[in-house]
Amino acid sequence: MDYCPHTPDDIKQMQAAIGIAGIEELFADIPEKFMIKQIPDIPQALSEMETMSVMSELAGKNKLPRFTLTGAGAYYHFIPAVVGHIVGRAEFYTAYTPYQAEISQGILQAIYEYQTMIAHLTGTEIANASMYDGASAMAEAAVLCAKMSGKNKIIIARSVHPEYRQVVKTYSWANGYKVVEIPYIPSGQIDLDVLQKKLDDQVAAVLVQSPNFFGVVEDIASIADAAHKKEALFVTGFTDGTSLGILNPAGSLGADFVVGEGQSFGNPLNYGGPYLGIFAAKEKFMRRIPGRLVGATVDKNGKRGFVLTLQTREQHIRREKATSNICSNEALCALAAGVYLAALGKNLKRLAELNIYKTQYLKNSLLELAGWEEVFPTPVYNEFVLRCPDAQKVNKKLKKEGIIGGYALQKDYPELKNTLLFCATEMISKEDIDKVVAILK
Amino acid sequence: MELIFEISKSGRGTADIPASDVPAVNIENTIGSKYLRNELDLPEVAEIDLIRHYTNLSRRNFGVDLGFYPLGSCTMKYNPKINENAAQLPGFTGLHPYIDDKSAQGNLQLIYEMQKYLCSILGMAEFTLQPAAGAHGELTGVMMIKKYFEKKKQKRRIILIPDAAHGTNPASSALCGFEVMELRSNSEGGVDIEHLQSLMTEDVAALMLTNPNTLGLFERNIEKVAAIVHGKGGLLYGDGANANAFLGKARPGDLGFDVIQLNLHKTFSTPHGGGGPGSGPVGVGEALVDFLPVPRVVKKDDKYKWSEKFPDTIGRVRSFYGNFNVVVKAYTYIRSLGAEGLRHATEMAVLNANYIKERLKPYFDLPYDRICMHECVFSGSRQVAESGVHTTDIAKKLIDYGYHPPTIYFPLIVPEAIMIEPTETESKETLDTFCEAMIAIAKEAKENPEGVKNAPVTTPVSRLDEVLAARKPDVCCKR
Repeated sequence: MDYCPHTPDDIKQMQAAIGIAGIEELFADIPEKFMIKQIPDIPQALSEMETMSVMSELAGKNKLPRFTLTGAGAYYHFIPAVVGHIVGRAEFYTAYTPYQAEISQGILQAIYEYQTMIAHLTGTEIANASMYDGASAMAEAAVLCAKMSGKNKIIIARSVHPEYRQVVKTYSWANGYKVVEIPYIPSGQIDLDVLQKKLDDQVAAVLVQSPNFFGVVEDIASIADAAHKKEALFVTGFTDGTSLGILNPAGSLGADFVVGEGQSFGNPLNYGGPYLGIFAAKEKFMRRIPGRLVGATVDKNGKRGFVLTLQTREQHIRREKATSNICSNEALCALAAGVYLAALGKNLKRLAELNIYKTQYLKNSLLELAGWEEVFPTPVYNEFVLRCPDAQKVNKKLKKEGIIGGYALQKDYPELKNTLLFCATEMISKEDIDKVVAILK
Repeated sequence: MELIFEISKSGRGTADIPASDVPAVNIENTIGSKYLRNELDLPEVAEIDLIRHYTNLSRRNFGVDLGFYPLGSCTMKYNPKINENAAQLPGFTGLHPYIDDKSAQGNLQLIYEMQKYLCSILGMAEFTLQPAAGAHGELTGVMMIKKYFEKKKQKRRIILIPDAAHGTNPASSALCGFEVMELRSNSEGGVDIEHLQSLMTEDVAALMLTNPNTLGLFERNIEKVAAIVHGKGGLLYGDGANANAFLGKARPGDLGFDVIQLNLHKTFSTPHGGGGPGSGPVGVGEALVDFLPVPRVVKKDDKYKWSEKFPDTIGRVRSFYGNFNVVVKAYTYIRSLGAEGLRHATEMAVLNANYIKERLKPYFDLPYDRICMHECVFSGSRQVAESGVHTTDIAKKLIDYGYHPPTIYFPLIVPEAIMIEPTETESKETLDTFCEAMIAIAKEAKENPEGVKNAPVTTPVSRLDEVLAARKPDVCCKR
């Protein structure tokens, strides 16, 4: 199956118009010795029916769990029906980046509304049109802080998502910046004493996550104070946006940049992507931040309209002097997030409360099991860490019943032996939790 | 149109929240009041109003499904619907990225096979699917180049980039701490070989080359270019944005490219989503395999798993495994077309571009008049001289004819550039009516320039004040 509409007669006419006798003449610029006759090792073309059966078979080789107790950066939340119907509209999903504003008012206005909702949710003043994902958003924020300040050290809490730290390290290495990790204290929060000691005049930015990778809520205001006292910029991240429905956002507590993962807002798990990088900041950084920005303006008749704005920050104008190289972002995921947030509205708070209820119930139920204990006795949102007699055995038992257990932390934190990071969203029922306990008893 | 906030009314809502089946807890005691937010100001709209709001917004947006979209360098081909259906299969959408490898064998097999197919198509040794977009792929590629020289203990600080290149090339290089040096194009639109020879020293890490270049022209001297770069120990980076021009015809790996990124949302038919998500896989030759991002899929005894055991890796550039669901669509496309279909797609894309070039040549300046590949670049200079009508006016007038305009003012080396990429999925009739519209606009520019300068008149808004938008930025609605 291919999608080329030309008939043999069309091709003949077009060749005549161009003045060639055959298609191969169009490729005369390619040196003969490099021409190939066919791509090797690609299976034969398939009809649509055959393709669908190949794809169904592949999808069928995956084993969908009955439910999952792992979050750790990707969350199973309910997606209201309206979201799929809107992002499924071809006017949106078959469009390119809105370079021609007059015929792109739809996506431009939707992104403007998204930017507004994100700025409010994160407690900041502005937000961009999106980044690739939470991890790269954090890395770009770190690089930006170093560039703006001319300093070359990035401080990051060890309680930040391990993969986010890896991405920050990769981007920092490429730019020649040094990354310093700050340990956590028994509460699961960043060690403020160590942070203060490491904060010297070469530190461009302090990076934390709240709730952090252990699910623990950080004391953002105190960290902000510490960072700002040493004239370092303060970047906070988050991995489950629904937490913003109830937690005091970092932007209101002194963060200069709030970055995070927006997957929870109406985007399916999709085995890790596409997701949605959220990037929000204080207004004073507006002319420096990476990524697209949609701005409101007026047309010739004074009518409100929207355009991509402050493009002089961007690669297609500034080239090597650009803030970032980002070009394509995750617009459709941002649209999904906007629709999701508009659908939830103030109910986002009730959803967050429900996550907390389920999480507390799961935690308390598991703590009744013999030999289980809480690792960090600190407020959490919808994730928490427990120590158990044999973490591997727990996940094995659950898997047998089609349940994805907790995230084993030992891989990233060797000191946290036999600990599991659990997550309970609104998708987990009481019955599910009781079953988990029954299996593990 | 009203903003969603302007139709919000306290007490309305769309999504309801189920009653809790577990005991409620006291939130203030559980979380601590100092950690709780005071207000939550999100829109409150009834479902019907929400659906009408976004549906009406969609009607103010132009996509490939509505009409011809010859946006040069963006390869706006038709996005086959079966790709969307395949990607919506619950087995693909429903898996958590940290599910055990045994439960994700279908996904892992798809990723593994996709990498192999891309290797075959591009002639590379290995591919990564982790980068989320083309520019992200470029960044990943340049990082690998940096690592390669670090490993060799060579300090090379320069990357050469032709003046016609995409802006992402210099930006990606700068994000890796390289200094950018601009390479001139020759009168034929190709690499100026003498200039390359004079710039290519042992201080140069790589040449980033787009082939065919942004003029839509294939680099005839590619063998010589590669030899000059490799002769000084440098690497040849390929910007694969224009890969639609050579599928099944030639392979960058054979041409001497050491690393290349693709844009699945261009060449491999995945929809661009109004600005993303895309996907930017990167292919490498043997010399760079060790530096690929982790994790990588490995296959053993017909079982697939993720592995991080690659000590020389650059690390990660993104969380998890990239834009997996976009990859599913591109994989579906490759399986549908097969080797022959991909080659045919390229042939028809190049045929279409040359057809447009020939039809419009009498009416618009064509700075490089030779056989083009998948796109052709005109200049609006004649119209400016004759009637003061600029390329932007021509673009806006095309909107009134029902088309998405071509890419304009790029590449930078062509004044008043009009870059047209028709792609293979457009019929002769579509191309003909488009050309007739372009010819009519050329005529109107002469006879009634004001009619062109005032366009568009058929859109919900007329031309927007971009200067105001930049001078007094309003990027968030203050309520």
